[in-house]
Amino acid sequence: MKFARDTWLIFQRQFQLLLRNPVWLFVGVFQPVMYLLLFAPLLKAALNAPTQAAAYKIFVPGLLVLLAIFGGLFQGFGLIAELRAGVIERSRVTPVSRLALLLGRSLRDVVSLIAQAIIITLLALLFDLRVFIGYLLLAYLMLALIALMTSAVSYGVALKVKSEDALAPLMNTVAQPVLLLSGILLPLALAPGWLQGIANWNPFSWAVDGVRALFAGDLSNDKVWQGLTIIAVLAVAGVVWAARQFARSVR
Amino acid sequence: MIETRGLRKSFRSRAGRETKTVDAVRGVNLDVAEGEIFGFLGPNGAGKTTTLRMLATLIEPDGGEATIAGADLRKDPAEVRRRIGYVAQGGSTWDESTAREELVLHARLYGIGKAEAHRRAARALDAFQLSDYADRKCKTYSGGQRRRVEIALGIIHEPKIVFLDEPTTGLDPQSRAHMWDEIRRLRAEGMTVFITTHYLDEADALCDRIAIMDHGEVVAEGTPAELKREISGEVVIVGLDAPATPRAAELLDTEAYVNKLETVDEGGLRLYVDEGATAIPQVLRRLDGAGLDLRSIELHRPSLDDVFLTKTGRSLRES
Ligand SMILES: Nc1ncnc2c1ncn2[C@@H]1O[C@H](COP(=O)(O)OP(=O)(O)O)[C@@H](O)[C@H]1O
Ligand SMILES: [Mg+2]
Repeated sequence: MKFARDTWLIFQRQFQLLLRNPVWLFVGVFQPVMYLLLFAPLLKAALNAPTQAAAYKIFVPGLLVLLAIFGGLFQGFGLIAELRAGVIERSRVTPVSRLALLLGRSLRDVVSLIAQAIIITLLALLFDLRVFIGYLLLAYLMLALIALMTSAVSYGVALKVKSEDALAPLMNTVAQPVLLLSGILLPLALAPGWLQGIANWNPFSWAVDGVRALFAGDLSNDKVWQGLTIIAVLAVAGVVWAARQFARSVR
Repeated sequence: MIETRGLRKSFRSRAGRETKTVDAVRGVNLDVAEGEIFGFLGPNGAGKTTTLRMLATLIEPDGGEATIAGADLRKDPAEVRRRIGYVAQGGSTWDESTAREELVLHARLYGIGKAEAHRRAARALDAFQLSDYADRKCKTYSGGQRRRVEIALGIIHEPKIVFLDEPTTGLDPQSRAHMWDEIRRLRAEGMTVFITTHYLDEADALCDRIAIMDHGEVVAEGTPAELKREISGEVVIVGLDAPATPRAAELLDTEAYVNKLETVDEGGLRLYVDEGATAIPQVLRRLDGAGLDLRSIELHRPSLDDVFLTKTGRSLRES
């Protein structure tokens, strides 16, 4: 009860501050829309897709997972600013739940990601993308879990390194192979065997496959529940680890 | 109200390849009474902030124990958190939030309900004369206004004890005087106030009792008056022309109230006495009687800096 209340308080505050800065929303939507309009048309030819809608069925899931990963991974920067302003230390002298300090923030990131995802999905509908609503919600669940994990990890790492200068290269180094080995931009089905072998070790590759299956209306595909399970386990682990950093972090 | 025994903390820091251990706090014993303004005086790096952060449950001590407002620091940090307020040295407000938002949120983090949190925020804004800017973003505040918001945050849940880490550092003289009034007001409301400072005058004028800290250790503790009384007594400085000095020294050296006498190189004397106020008229009479002209006479009362000097061998002003 106290925990839920604490989480809500932190979430509310963070969300309010986010809304106060509409530039963010613009940037967060503008970029993916550019991908949708300027990159996706190339795909129809590259993927040998019969129609533009078929190309979108492959590309949009990848784009959404990409947003979830990056949206989360770079949240740590905001936390370092809060750390420097003394806001975290001020929270930590109160009896507020440490897990709530993390979860309130990560939930804000999840909500803003889902908002982005909805806008992009709606746009894709204009290009004749069609997805069954139930499957779409499952796909959003996957996205939410990804954002929860990446933002929690980003917060945890931020509390450990305590400086933007260390966080930026670290996150970029992690993000790049994760991105390349997940088949986000192009399906890994096109990749040579050895590359697929490595990609099997990348949890996001499972997530992308799962979301693509959902967009294709293929609920019976094992990748759906496998992806969800892998990401859910990782999200819980990430949250537990990051909350521990909140409990013992120093300035 | 606060009792600590052997509180210790070391930090390991890495400089290149080497790891260095800094013993920031090495066994601090303190007894702070209810309702007093207790001052922690010491130069930068003395370990004041580290001690405070341990007492505020922000970092775990390496050793020792403490009881704070009746709660055991090691066994029940959650209860300690409920009973204390803490205002950090470097600030704690968010640029994009308003003072009211910060106060309401902070109160709610202590478990206070929404309506009550708003009432308390309004009351605090009023008490700290912040009502006019309550709904402006914190980044628009002056240093003094911002510091007042931070103190208001520290006491929004009406704690028994509030820790203020260097509450006046960086403030202009007027804001500083204002802050002293605020701190005295907290005491008047029955709160125990624990402040750290590296200003001698602040420790002297504001604090009921002080502990002087240096290199992680408390080197002296008492009321400012007690501490000053403990050392040397007072000094009467007599300004004389060089030729007259030896004769005056001869005359005054035999006086009973002069504990010790030193000659100043360019002429003049330093007389160590117990009480300057009664010594001065006698010195004047003696010299006048002997027909010696004196250029000046001044009384030097020991300051907390003299206390610091005797205890550590350094002046706080220089460190
Ligand atoms: N987190 C930390 N890591 C490493 N060293 C620290 C840390 N915090 C404080 N110190 C060191 O401990 C000593 C005491 O610091 P501090 O308590 O901040 O002193 P003060 O508040 O009296 O200026 C200093 O030498 C400081 O460099
Ligand atoms: Mg300090």
